This record gives sequence, structure tokens and C-alpha cells, in this order.
Amino acid sequence: MFSNWKTGIATVAAATAVSLPMAANAELSDGVLKIGVLSDMSGVYKTLEGPGAVTAAEMAVEDFGGSIMGTPIEIVSADHQNKADIAASTAREWIDDDEVDMLTALDNSSVALAVQGLAAERKVITMNTGAGTTALTEEQCTPYGIHYVYDTHALPVGTATAMVKNGGEKWFFLTADYAFGHSLRDNTGAVVEELGGEVVGSIQHPLSTNDFSSYLLQAQASGADVIGLANAGQDTVNAIKQANQFQIVQSGQKLAGMLVFITDVHSMGLDIAQGLQFTTAFVWNQDEEALEWSNRFNERHGAMPTMVQAGVYSAVSNYLKAVEAVGTDDSDAVRAQLGEMELNDFFVDGGKIAPNGSMLHDMFLVEVKSPDESESEWDLLNVVSRIPADQAYISMEETKCDLVNK
Amino acid sequence: MQLITAQALLGLNVGVFYAMLSLGLAVIFGLLNIINFAHGAMYMLGAFVALIGYSYLEQWFGISLQIGFWGSLIMAPLVVGLLGIIIERTMLKRLANLDHIYGLLLTFGITLILQGLFANYFNVSGTPYPGQPEVLSGVLNLGFMYFPTYRMFAIVFSLVVCFATWYVIEHTRLGSRLRAGVENPQLTQAFGLNVPLMVTLTFGFGAALAGLAGVLAAPIYSVSPLMGADLIIVVFAVVVIGGMGSIMGAILTGLALGLVEGMTKVFYPPAANTVIFFLMVLVLLFRPAGLFGKEQ
Repeated sequence: MFSNWKTGIATVAAATAVSLPMAANAELSDGVLKIGVLSDMSGVYKTLEGPGAVTAAEMAVEDFGGSIMGTPIEIVSADHQNKADIAASTAREWIDDDEVDMLTALDNSSVALAVQGLAAERKVITMNTGAGTTALTEEQCTPYGIHYVYDTHALPVGTATAMVKNGGEKWFFLTADYAFGHSLRDNTGAVVEELGGEVVGSIQHPLSTNDFSSYLLQAQASGADVIGLANAGQDTVNAIKQANQFQIVQSGQKLAGMLVFITDVHSMGLDIAQGLQFTTAFVWNQDEEALEWSNRFNERHGAMPTMVQAGVYSAVSNYLKAVEAVGTDDSDAVRAQLGEMELNDFFVDGGKIAPNGSMLHDMFLVEVKSPDESESEWDLLNVVSRIPADQAYISMEETKCDLVNK
Repeated sequence: MQLITAQALLGLNVGVFYAMLSLGLAVIFGLLNIINFAHGAMYMLGAFVALIGYSYLEQWFGISLQIGFWGSLIMAPLVVGLLGIIIERTMLKRLANLDHIYGLLLTFGITLILQGLFANYFNVSGTPYPGQPEVLSGVLNLGFMYFPTYRMFAIVFSLVVCFATWYVIEHTRLGSRLRAGVENPQLTQAFGLNVPLMVTLTFGFGAALAGLAGVLAAPIYSVSPLMGADLIIVVFAVVVIGGMGSIMGAILTGLALGLVEGMTKVFYPPAANTVIFFLMVLVLLFRPAGLFGKEQ
């Protein structure tokens, strides 16, 4: 577990050594534009972001040409181990000693909040692709923090609405016991209640729980129609697998994965996951452009991209475009430019970065295919409906972010 | 009512692991007077032997062999037991005449080394064990709930191992010699029995039991370097409640506390992780030798 982190630091150290002799560019501050990918490289979120996010960032840099206005672009990466203190000290070292210009990935909401705050104090842009909590763009929004792929407001809008409308009125939550899980549970509960449903109970479990059996039995005994999984990654996979072992779904209750990634579906297999509905920002074969990029990614990484990995590519390339457009890496100028741009690539169609940092874009409600429908290893999802950006994300009239003038 | 029976069964599922681990601890403490903090690491090691035997032999050692679950049930206790014997012979033996605390510190150190070693190569959050045998992969319909066949197997198998161990120690010639060695090592040695050998083998046996529990746990819980650390504190509490050195006490207390934990999950879930320690405090205050221990 420590080896990744150390490798990351070693990369940074080596990179600094290499960059020193180069003539400093007049426009870009220290002769090299550095992008830091800080992710979970060894734990529950490794598969959905982790090393794949580094690959995506590298691809973005390569596709951009490897340099910007004659200045080389460099990717550094490290493992935050899902610990806010480790993430904060790595970020501090990157920014203070190694002059990293932008931080991305930052999966895990506790990590994300710590790093976004610290980076903002030092006027460094963070483009968060991995964490879910809406606090990033609400109570704890910063002038430099961007939340790029999804948030805990966007997720339940599609999934919970669809389930309540299909008769799933009583909900019981299994909640990952940290900032993200609580935020997801509260937001989903609000959607359910708004539509006339009811939250009959909730139980907290620690991050990376192996044995969900007794939580699942409690959920079963609650008499709820729907068991909402306010967790992510391996936790969601374990919960769904064990629900299958204890025949929860077969006994008449539905499972709602509030945050599910394609890699989770892939690891569970279609036999277990079929019929599961969830909300996502991206499906690798949603159109030709996405398919083309995803195939390239698959060749290098050995798995199709999750929405957050695709999001890292999009975030990094749009950041580079913004730097090029304003001709400087000054964070205030770049952030202003990002706010002006309309974002269009294989990942996002007409996206806008709002003043609170939220990247407003359409989301998809998808359903897992049955084994018969699936044509290839990664052909796992059907798009059920498209959720427009203005429904998915908190509007600038409602936001609690004090950067927004209402 | 349905929920109570269901949680009781799950509690029993946890309880058999408590029982198997605390049994090993109790045997080692009874005979060697060592508080073996490395017991959790032995449990973790057992699970890793199963995982490595199944998935990594070819990749790491170039041996094109796959040891399945049944093979691991034999292999892992042997490997872990052997390691236990080496640890006892090379290290613990030197501390035999010192206070308990030295053995505890040494085994604690061993635990940290083993955990660190495995954390370097494996996911801290756990790797699923893929080798669960096909025969045990089904689901049993018990009327009041569906219960995975494997978990039922784990319960029955552990109970058999626990009671067989108890029988050997309490009701056979070998057992009576062991107990004599505990009671009065000098006198037993004077009768011509090789007490140091008995001590070494007992430590190896205790470690093997932990390794066996690790293999049984692997298909239920993910295999992780910290899986033993999470459990060992609870298991110590079980031993304290049951009474240090009492074989039957360790088994029954392990099972009972698994049930208590399961029931707490029904009536007041937030207390489920602490109820055992609450009981431990009560037992220490009112019956310091433990429920089954002899007052001295």
C-alpha cells in the first residue's frame, strides 16, 4: 500500500529534478505544467478510479500534444488511501514544494473536502471527478473547486424517481458511514419524500464492510419496498452479492444502487446484477465518439472506463484548453475561462461550469442488461432515459454556496 | 421472531469464529502462560495461504498447481502451525521465565511485522477468495430465512473442530499429560515426559487452529491483511469473559457472545460493536477469573 504512494513521491521528485535546468517560460510559472492525480490506488475505489484515472489523464496530455505553449505537461500521481490526512499532506507537498498546478480524481468525499479546502487557500484549481458529496459545491464551495462528473444530488434524481414511480414507496438505507454516504442518503430520502414515498429506516456501516448479512436482514425485516444502497465501490458489490445469497430480491424487495459503476456490474456479473437501475454520467458505448475513446482506453488499461475515469480525461483536456486560451496558468484567469467555456467532447455534451463549481451536464438512467441481451464482455447497460442537467443538479437559485450572487 | 432467529443464526456464524480463535488462545495460555497477540495474524495468515494457494502459485512461484478449498483446509493449518512452532522455538522459548508482558510485546511485534508484510503486497481493503467449492455455493431454505450453504458448513465444521479439541484435551491420555504439564511442569518432566516438546507442539496446534479459522473465513469475508487485527481484540475479550485457560469456557463463551452480538443487532444495532466489551468490564469487576475460570 505504501509503495504506490512512495512511487508517486519519487515521480514528483524525479520530475522536479528534470524540470529545473529548463528555461522558465514567460507565461507558465515554473517551466512545467503539472497535474496531480490523487486517488485511491489500493482500496475500495481503486478499480473505479485509481490507476485508470492516471491512464486517462496521461491520454489527455498525449492527445493534447504533451506540451502547452512550449512548456511540457506532466502527470504526477499518489495514493490517498481514503485518508483525509494523508491526502492533505500529499496535496500540500505537491502544491508547496512541487508547484503542481491542478489536482484531479480525489475520489472519497472526506479526502475531497480536505484537499479542495487546502488547495483553495493556495489558489490551486481542483477538478473533482470521483467524490460525490454536494458539500463541495454547496456549504464548502470554493472559488477554485470544480465538481465535474456527478454529485449526490444528481444520482437519486433519476434512480429514486424511477423506483418510486414503479411502486417502491417505502425505503430503507444501508449507508456508508462517512460524509459521502450520509449526503447520498439525505438527498435520496428527500427525493423519495418529495414524491410521496417514505423512509422507514437507515443503518450505517463502516467503509469497506465485508459482511453485510445482518444489515441486510434488518433491511428485510423493516418491510421496506426498496433497500437503498447509499455506498459505493466494493461495498455496493458486496451488499448486492450478499443480498443475492440471502435471496432478498427473490423474496420481493428491490435493491437500488445509488452509486454504481460499470466496473461494479462487471465484477458482479449479469446473473446477479441484471435489472438493477442506476444513474450514471457516462456509458462507454453511448455514441461513436465515446466508443472510439473507450476502446483506446481499454487497450491501455485492460478495462472499459468508468464515468469518473472518462471524466478525468475530459477535465484534464478542458483544463489544458482553458490554460491555452488565456495563455497563463494563473488560477483565477483559468477558472474564469473554464466558467465561460461550453464543454463538448465524448464525455460531455454542452456542459457548463457554474459559479459554485458544479459542472452542469445531462445524466443517464440506465438498467443492467440480462445475460441474453449482452453481446460482449462490457456490453452491460441499456440507457433508459436522459436526465436533463437542470433537473440533475442544484440550480443557482437554490444553491447554498455563498460565492453565487442571487 | 423471524428476525430474531435469523440474527441468532448469523450470530452463531460469528460465534464459531470467536470460539475457534479463543480456543487456540486459551490452549496456548493454559499451557505456555503466553498471551499470544500474534493469534490474529495467524488467522490472517491462514486465509492468505488459502488465497495464495488458489490464485498466486503459478504467478509468483512458477508452480502450475492450484490448491482448492479442501486442500487449503489441510495445507493452511500445517503451514501456519509450522510457523507457530518456529516462532515458539526461536523466540518465545527465550522469554519463558519472564513476565507475561514480554511474550505479549513480542507477539504484538510479530503481528505488526506480518501485517505490514502482507499489506505491502495485497489490498488493505480485502481480496475476495474465489475458491469456494461448487457444492457449498447454494442456498438453504430454512423456512424462516434463506441461508447460504457455505455459512452453514462453516458453523458445523467449526463446532466439530472445537468439541473434538475439547474432547482430546479433557478426555484422552494425551490430554491428561498436557494438563499435567500445565499443572506442574517440573513434576511431569520428572515422570519422563518431554514437557518442552509438548509446549512447542501445543503452540503449533493453537496457531494451526487460528490458520484453520482463517481458511474458513476466507470465502465469507474478503482476505485482508487487517482481518485478524479487527478480530483479535474481540477474541481477547471473549477469553477474558470465559476465563483464561478454560477450554470449554472459551468455546461456550465464544458461541454465546456471537449470539449476544447478533441479538444486540436486533434490539439496539449501534451497541453491537461494544456490547462484548461492556460484558467484559462487568465480568472483570464482579468475577475477575472469568465465568468458567477458577478463582485462585
